[in-house]
Amino acid sequence: MQQSPEQIRQAYRQMRLIREFEERLHIENPKGEIAGFTHLYSGQEAIAVGVCENLRDGDYIISTHRGHGNCLAKGCDPRGMMHEIYGRADGLGKGRGGSMHIADLDKGMLGANGIVGAGQPIAVGAALACKAKGDGSVSVSFTGDGASNQGTVFEAMNMAVVLKLPKVFVLENNGYSEHTGASYGIGSDLKVRTEGFGIPVYEADGFDYFSVYDAAREAIEAARSGKGPVAVLATATRYFGHFEGDPQNYRAKDEVKNFRETVDAMKTIREKVTGAGIFTAEELDEIDAEVLALIDSCVESARSGPVPGADIMMSDVYLDY
Amino acid sequence: MAQLSMRDALNQALHEEMERDSRVIVMGEDVAGGSGGTSGNIEAAGGIFGVTKGLKTKFGGDRVIDTPISESAIVGLANGAALAGLRPVAELMFADFVGVSLDQIFNQMAKFRYMFGGKATTPVVLRMAMGAGMNAAAQHSQTIYPMLSAVPGLKVCVPSTPADAKGMMKQAIRDDDPVIFFEHKALYSRKGEVPEGEFLTPFGEAALVREGKDATVVTLGRMVPFAMKAAEKLEADGITVDLIDMRTTSPIDEETILESLSQTGRLVVVDESNPICSIASEIASLAVTKGFHDLRAPVQKITAPHTPVPFARELERMYVPSPNDIEAAVRAVLEV
Repeated sequence: MQQSPEQIRQAYRQMRLIREFEERLHIENPKGEIAGFTHLYSGQEAIAVGVCENLRDGDYIISTHRGHGNCLAKGCDPRGMMHEIYGRADGLGKGRGGSMHIADLDKGMLGANGIVGAGQPIAVGAALACKAKGDGSVSVSFTGDGASNQGTVFEAMNMAVVLKLPKVFVLENNGYSEHTGASYGIGSDLKVRTEGFGIPVYEADGFDYFSVYDAAREAIEAARSGKGPVAVLATATRYFGHFEGDPQNYRAKDEVKNFRETVDAMKTIREKVTGAGIFTAEELDEIDAEVLALIDSCVESARSGPVPGADIMMSDVYLDY
Repeated sequence: MAQLSMRDALNQALHEEMERDSRVIVMGEDVAGGSGGTSGNIEAAGGIFGVTKGLKTKFGGDRVIDTPISESAIVGLANGAALAGLRPVAELMFADFVGVSLDQIFNQMAKFRYMFGGKATTPVVLRMAMGAGMNAAAQHSQTIYPMLSAVPGLKVCVPSTPADAKGMMKQAIRDDDPVIFFEHKALYSRKGEVPEGEFLTPFGEAALVREGKDATVVTLGRMVPFAMKAAEKLEADGITVDLIDMRTTSPIDEETILESLSQTGRLVVVDESNPICSIASEIASLAVTKGFHDLRAPVQKITAPHTPVPFARELERMYVPSPNDIEAAVRAVLEV
């Protein structure tokens, strides 16, 4: 493990933050206070954090409709996010975006996106801006296995290769495209297909933070050095349904339970970190307690946050009209 | 004043704005042309209508980018580059190709600012050639500005003269909101006076291009010169009209239209688009909702029929509203 204890502490905390943010939303969602569609990221934490711990402030990411994990990993404020999910006037999107449209341009987070695959060409555009700036910055898109079958993703991959852009395609295979298995929807093989565009693929175990971090570091360094686009392919699972309320009739009875008990990302990082003697279990528990208290506080303030009014509905359609 | 074609006026606007601001970049299929070709000519096209000619030679391949034929990725590229600080002018070649890239237009660029808490700016100009007149048939001839004007978050330009094309393009490039810029194919070679020196044409301000007292004719794009022809013929019979060139269909300058209607009491709207949910419908609706008491006759709506654009010369001529149609419509509103 080449990372400093401080880096590892930060990564562990980010993963715990994502896990508890999502587990808590799973509990809160049926209570009826949260409107609309919510898609949770639990199970995939190692991917978001393993990638984003390699990024700088000037780098960009774009995410998917299952975007909370990517947003938190890039530094979006959990309170601002929670308030947005509750539709509050002081949420990151002023209550106009909701769970599927969380963004923070100040953090280089170009948005979760409700349209599957739509983020890829946009992230290619951000990579064009990175290249123009010439400061070694990169642009990262997170793409699920489902989005990987969208034509716009193929266009984006080819465009990034043609223009030789500092673009990182992170392919997150969580096993399901909505209610359909990834093995059914992907006609060939994600790695082979991506390599077919001329993009080198760095594979990682999506349950293991260290595996993702190392693969992403190598990929991102290549992109920063001007070698053109790269991809990181990481396989994990999602613990919850496609959306909250999805009964997951397409999964075997004990599938999620088995993942949670064997390869779970939080279990894996804890075992590795304590096993190597970097932190004790008690030290990690302290981080967990701090995160849980933060989530409590975010939910509490979001529940009583200000309700947006007509002024918010009518503003920011244009800068000037 | 110089006499320029709309093509050259647009080209001048692009040159001036790229010179002024290094964040302005141009992208699209064949905007330079020649990339990967065997001739070694790095500007084999300059845009299929010649609007972007000379830009790559002057500003280089990092700022004037030939793209693959990937409309969805072209607009996405512009969107992301704009979010990250550049000011892209992307070309879709034919307006009909919006069909291949609509998600990036109406779900993405139009909504970023609103969804993202007012933080995002997306200063994209999306250029596209539109309109019948070249017998290019149903997938290369449409005037789809009504459809995009209906999307909150987009501004929509439909210039009819070289001067407006230049002034509006410069305004569009400096505008921080996304702008859809329609260029009528049949107007590219038409010449007109273009003022010397720096000027911008503001959005949401229609032009009263001819003054009269008997009726108000509201129109845009290629229908402006057609309406001008009709007005000249009517004048020979002593009938004069206010002729209003809308210039932008989002925002719409309601004030100029309503002010004219209050003087004439008679309204003809002329739109090359299909009739249902057209700009003509929108202006008729404006007259009924905000100018009802000024109306002395039913509004005449002159549009293309509710059909795709046909191919054969005779059919296309029948499809596009003509100066004669406009003249007849004005006479009709005067009969009441």
